[in-house]
Amino acid sequence: MGDLPPPSEPPAQQPSSRRSSQVSERRSREHVQPLPADRHEVQETPRDSQILGSNQEILGSQTSLRGRSQRVSLTQYENSGMSQDEEARLGGVEYPSLNMGFPSEFQPQPYLDEGGIQATRNASLMLQQIQQGQGNLFQQLESAYQEPRLGLLGQFNMYQREDLQFGTGAQHGPYIRDDPALQFLPSELGFMPFNMELPEPEPRELAVQNAKAYLLQTSVNCDLSLYEHLVNLLTKILNQRPEDPLSILESLNRTTQWEWFHPKLDTLRHEPEMQPTYEMAERQKALFTRSGLGGGEGEQDMEEEVSETPVPNVMETAFYFEQAGVGLSSDESFRIFLALKQLVEQQPVHTCRFWGKILGLSSSYLVAEVEFREGEEEAEEEEAEEMTESGEAMEAHGEEEGEEDEEKVPDIIPKPTWKPPPAIPREESRSGTNKFLYFVCNEPGQPWTRLPHVTPTQIVHARKIKKFLTGRLDAPVTSYPPFPGNEANYLRAQIARISAATHISPLGFYQFGEEEGDEEEEGGAGRDSYEQNPEFEGVPVLELVDSMANWVHHRQHILPQGRCTWVNPLQKTEEEEELGEEEEKADEGVEEVEQEVGPPLLTPLSEDAEIMHMPPWTAQLSCSLCPQYSLAVVRSNLWPGAYAYAVGKKFENIYIGWGHKYSPKNFNPPLPGTVQQEYPSDPEIMEMSDPTVEEEQALKAAQEQALAATGEEEEDEEEDEDEDQDD
Amino acid sequence: MDAESLLLSLELASGSGQGLSPDRRASLLTSLMLVKRDYRYDRVLFWGRILGLVADYYIAQGLSEDQLAPRKTLYSLNCMEWSLLPPATEEMAMQTSVVKGRFMGDPSHEYEHTQLQKVHKGEKVFEEEVVVQIKEETRLVSIIDQIDKAVAVIPRGALFKTPFGPIHVNRTFEGLSLSEAKKLSSYFHFREPVELKNKTLLEKADLDPSLDFLDSLEHDIPKGSWSIQMERGNALVVLRSLLWPGLTFYHAPRTKNCGYIYVGTVNLVCSVLLLPLISTSIWYPGSEERTTELEEPALKQVAEGWNVLMREMMVGGNGSGR
Repeated sequence: MGDLPPPSEPPAQQPSSRRSSQVSERRSREHVQPLPADRHEVQETPRDSQILGSNQEILGSQTSLRGRSQRVSLTQYENSGMSQDEEARLGGVEYPSLNMGFPSEFQPQPYLDEGGIQATRNASLMLQQIQQGQGNLFQQLESAYQEPRLGLLGQFNMYQREDLQFGTGAQHGPYIRDDPALQFLPSELGFMPFNMELPEPEPRELAVQNAKAYLLQTSVNCDLSLYEHLVNLLTKILNQRPEDPLSILESLNRTTQWEWFHPKLDTLRHEPEMQPTYEMAERQKALFTRSGLGGGEGEQDMEEEVSETPVPNVMETAFYFEQAGVGLSSDESFRIFLALKQLVEQQPVHTCRFWGKILGLSSSYLVAEVEFREGEEEAEEEEAEEMTESGEAMEAHGEEEGEEDEEKVPDIIPKPTWKPPPAIPREESRSGTNKFLYFVCNEPGQPWTRLPHVTPTQIVHARKIKKFLTGRLDAPVTSYPPFPGNEANYLRAQIARISAATHISPLGFYQFGEEEGDEEEEGGAGRDSYEQNPEFEGVPVLELVDSMANWVHHRQHILPQGRCTWVNPLQKTEEEEELGEEEEKADEGVEEVEQEVGPPLLTPLSEDAEIMHMPPWTAQLSCSLCPQYSLAVVRSNLWPGAYAYAVGKKFENIYIGWGHKYSPKNFNPPLPGTVQQEYPSDPEIMEMSDPTVEEEQALKAAQEQALAATGEEEEDEEEDEDEDQDD
Repeated sequence: MDAESLLLSLELASGSGQGLSPDRRASLLTSLMLVKRDYRYDRVLFWGRILGLVADYYIAQGLSEDQLAPRKTLYSLNCMEWSLLPPATEEMAMQTSVVKGRFMGDPSHEYEHTQLQKVHKGEKVFEEEVVVQIKEETRLVSIIDQIDKAVAVIPRGALFKTPFGPIHVNRTFEGLSLSEAKKLSSYFHFREPVELKNKTLLEKADLDPSLDFLDSLEHDIPKGSWSIQMERGNALVVLRSLLWPGLTFYHAPRTKNCGYIYVGTVNLVCSVLLLPLISTSIWYPGSEERTTELEEPALKQVAEGWNVLMREMMVGGNGSGR
């Protein structure tokens, strides 16, 4: 509608047909149609419908409806013929009634039907409506436009020109456009009388068709015309019937256009993006289907498992932790439960527990804490140790070779005087930090990976660094001071530290075994084993919340050395003594290491050290509204993410977090050590400046003088020497 | 997360291990409804939980029609009675920045901070120790504001700018596609844009003014302060802030479910922890001194401090050697 001139423009303007001619030319090129020779007689309506029909299939059904619109236009035209002002008024009044007729007629059509045929029909219906709307609009606009011309004559003149234009340019009608360049075309003038005889086309119809032609034109870089777009848009709106469509018109606009240029992909084409999702679902499906045994055997298994299984009741734990406001969602808990069950089936597991989840940068770790059945672990252990030992042997061999090579080199490379501190032996499996084995996986359903045993050095170094885990076990740990091992070792060290600090139980749940009650261990860390107290009655929840003395640690404290039981690092094993006896003689007896002592096992939490005036534990009731049914929840302030609950005889610990210890101050990595001196600097190795010529000459003169002074006495010898030098 | 879809949101965000107990959930569903009515908010967000030593703060935020208009923050200790917090100011941030450590869980608790203040007495200047009392409520306001400004996240397209200026919820948002969901550039800071005006015309050319009117997470400093993860086999994308551990943003691709929740102890992880990520800009022995590309003053300070230390040590070591 934008190209309709404002009413103030001169009435004598000539219709310009540049744009519409473009359109129709393009159309005719695309669809070669024999135009009838008597073009002038061709009715506007069929032609238009032809164009549309060829252009857009869905409009095919429109031709039949066109008659009606024409009739409407005709009646309107007749009305408007009376008077301009009247038309302006009548148009506004009369049209709505006509419009109202249409919806009532088409109302029975189910718009919401998504079927193709229906869509076509809808589209054509909408076109109809659009046309009606356009007609209405045009009528009003046109009437407004014609008002300045005082009477029918002006109007008639215009029609003449319109006819003329139609005849000569073979275009469909007047394009009411203000273009002075086309104002005085000779052809127009020449054919004027001839065109006078033509039947008058209806101006409103023509205006409508012009506007439509305008809307139908497409640009060079876009195949979609505004007309088609609007059709699509309205189809979409009418099919979906969104609420308040005006507010989302912009985005609808965009999506419709996007959809037009991105047709829905064929279903045969797979979407690689979704591949991992399906793979994961497939893998988890394996968890849900009982592992591939025959029917009969499966039933037997069922009976066995019902009787006793090391698989923990993760769901119950998850339920209690949910009361406490922590923990994973229930479906994830169930998946973890199934994954643990799978682990128990694959490994000779004696006890099993869901330890927690450690978040990583790219994926997280689910950690299972297991204890193997007696004797099972040792075999595997030995294999692993053999592997490492052979590796070490290889390394040693390599070093020796290196030394041999070095001997060939004349310069002897000085050996560093620094000696590594004596290695502290790893704790035996089933004791101390290596009491349990840990298995990790990233998502339930993925294979469980066993973490290696932790060494004291790793724990000591892990205390000095703070690092985000990445989620890949083989990732290197780049840090200062350098961490011995990769992420699997670091993860294991963190697990050991967290376990030692945060695994707690209500007082009295565990007790020391009677047989070794009084015995003091050699290491001095006190008794390292405990058993479940069969007479444990449970501590009342309120008491658990009120006093931290009712909670005890049931994991051994890790000494600064990195072990739970202290070992004298200077104490030599027999082999070492044999090897290094001579060297060590001097050192022996010089250093005496003080024995490190930590708090004994089953120490109450109330004796834990404060963190910068902050209590290390916070205890709460899970629900303040019903204290009689709630549980006691304790969370660690030292290791954010570590929680424990206790109710009745039940308790459990869990850790879900980043694996970072809380530090009130910002963490600072230790600075690198001071740079060592390369060598003592003394005059021997100082660089001398070269003597100048003058200095050389002065020296020479001095030497000659000295020679002359002494030479007289030993003249003979001197002469001989001089001769030699000359040679 | 939207208070109306609280249960689903909690379920989706539960991967970080922080949820709400059933009684809290139930009371939130009830009380936030009333909050919405009483304060006449257009939308109420459950913002999260700040873990205190004695009690926890539950935080909710009320949004008006314009989503980016200053948000009203409410807190509660029991999830039923909500109190409105005053808007955060620069002064508050300055005042509370000296307080470190954990929250207590008592809004009337007063932190004491001693600072040296210069006192003019005649011509002489004395330094006196002055004890400043800082209310925990003030600290709460400023911390929430800090976290919101630093790490509140919204996916691209969830909000749109109307031609008249205000920002509305995009009703036609159908979620990010999977490939988009894996990129940090598809997530925006849910705050008034700061970086956007600093962009060059060339960078701005591709932006859709009705959608790209916020800062994206892509250029956050320090780089790599976000962990982006696909959970449940690509069915859920989870963003965790490493700068403010405890903030979890979740979004199920191709659905409009998205939101963020903060459950934590309000412990800003020191930037040094992220140093390996920015280590290229740190001076080390033997290297040419590199220009720092860091913009954030705090970070810059850290890096510079590090550099100074390193250099001093090196100079000291070499000096004695020669």
